[in-house]
Amino acid sequence: MTPLAPVPYPETSFALTLVLLLLAPMAIAGLALVNVGLGRSRSAMQSALGTLVVISTAVIAFVLAGWAIASGGDKDLVLHAAGKAWDWAGAGRLFGAGLASAPARDQLMLLFEVLSVAMVAMIPWGSGADRLRLPAGAGIAAVLGAAVFPLAAHWAWSGWLAQLGTNFSMAGGFADGGGAGPIHMLGGLAALAVIWIAGPRKGKFPREGLSTAMPGHNVVYVLFGSLVALVGWLAWNMAGALLWLNAAPSKLVVVAINTVLAATAALVATFSVTRVRFGKPDASLCANGWLAGLVTSSACAGVVPPLAALFVGLVAGIVTPLMVESFELVLSIDDPSGAVSVHGAAGLWGLIAAGVFAPAAGQAAAQLVGVSTLLGLMLPVVYGLFWLLDWVIAFRVDADGERLGMDLHELGGNAYPEFVVHRDESYR
Amino acid sequence: MKYAGLLVMPAGFFLTVAAIVLFPGAAQRTAFVLCGLAVEAMGLGVAVRGHMQLRSENR
Repeated sequence: MTPLAPVPYPETSFALTLVLLLLAPMAIAGLALVNVGLGRSRSAMQSALGTLVVISTAVIAFVLAGWAIASGGDKDLVLHAAGKAWDWAGAGRLFGAGLASAPARDQLMLLFEVLSVAMVAMIPWGSGADRLRLPAGAGIAAVLGAAVFPLAAHWAWSGWLAQLGTNFSMAGGFADGGGAGPIHMLGGLAALAVIWIAGPRKGKFPREGLSTAMPGHNVVYVLFGSLVALVGWLAWNMAGALLWLNAAPSKLVVVAINTVLAATAALVATFSVTRVRFGKPDASLCANGWLAGLVTSSACAGVVPPLAALFVGLVAGIVTPLMVESFELVLSIDDPSGAVSVHGAAGLWGLIAAGVFAPAAGQAAAQLVGVSTLLGLMLPVVYGLFWLLDWVIAFRVDADGERLGMDLHELGGNAYPEFVVHRDESYR
Repeated sequence: MKYAGLLVMPAGFFLTVAAIVLFPGAAQRTAFVLCGLAVEAMGLGVAVRGHMQLRSENR
């Protein structure tokens, strides 16, 4: 499974990849359910509609502008330094021009990236639940879809990171078939930037005492969403292995098994950790652990043996609930969906683990370079862009709107109009 | 303080890029890439610390 090796792409692989990519949106649907369930009931409709809005904005921005940067080809923008060619951006055509006549594999890559940008945009939306305004969510999605994700995707899948193998003899270069880096780690970092800029929900961190618990309003959504996400993740990882790792179709069963192993091991670990920590297992943290396992599989499923995938998921499942808790209690990070831990940290761990457990020598160094690029460059860039965007479109809803709830304030109605509304006990 | 931390982070990235250019040996290269990551981690730590200070002041 050497990335970017010039292998032919037979029609059977094309058909298989297309079918898998048609199933991949199940991951997005599952994540949307998780985000809605982890938010409050008075913001549920805004969260669900917002998911559609941010997906639409991100996809349109990507196809109109981002694809030109993300696409890889002979005419990419290359910087020559230290005797090497650094392919730092694509030089495709704007507004999706030439798509119909592009080679079949390029079209599949575009479809993969379109789904990826939808996922990236959803991650910070979930973290801004209960206070992030819809126009701000759309603005964030546009920035991610038009500029940030395309650059990360180009580097990871066809640019200088992917070419670390040919240019610097670092195994097959940065390997990330399912997009743990440009999708999940980037999404997690964007979520952190949104949380920092928008601030915590009102009443979350009172003047005295510990932070206020604000549990999700529907854990059944969260758990069912986690199951739905598994279907999409299986398809996503298999399609990614075919497209970016040049895996043979006969290797896909291992990819699928690795995906399931990582998720299940993570769930067992989180179940046990929360059982020991709180006396009873915590359902929403278990969902977070399951998703963290899936996120690690995005990096690992195509390159590591099954036992390693199980171990990687196990570690993610142990660390994720502790991280979610400490981010809130120690670091004052109000992240309703746990995206910084589930996507950011688990994505980072998955990428490093893929390097450690992959059989190719030099893979670990290539993975570390990729992680360093995403963390060191993308977080400051994303924070800077969002900080500027916040001046144009205020991220945070006003105090009155937050008190009313995002549904009533932004949409004029409630997701559950027959609910009896209780006094909010979290304001103290 | 938060901005100072965020400004330090790209320095770690450039250290990583310098490592892959300057060191052909795998061990040295990996060590310097890890140093780059450590610089990024320090920058992130400072940024998080800055965020916590701001939060405690705003309470």
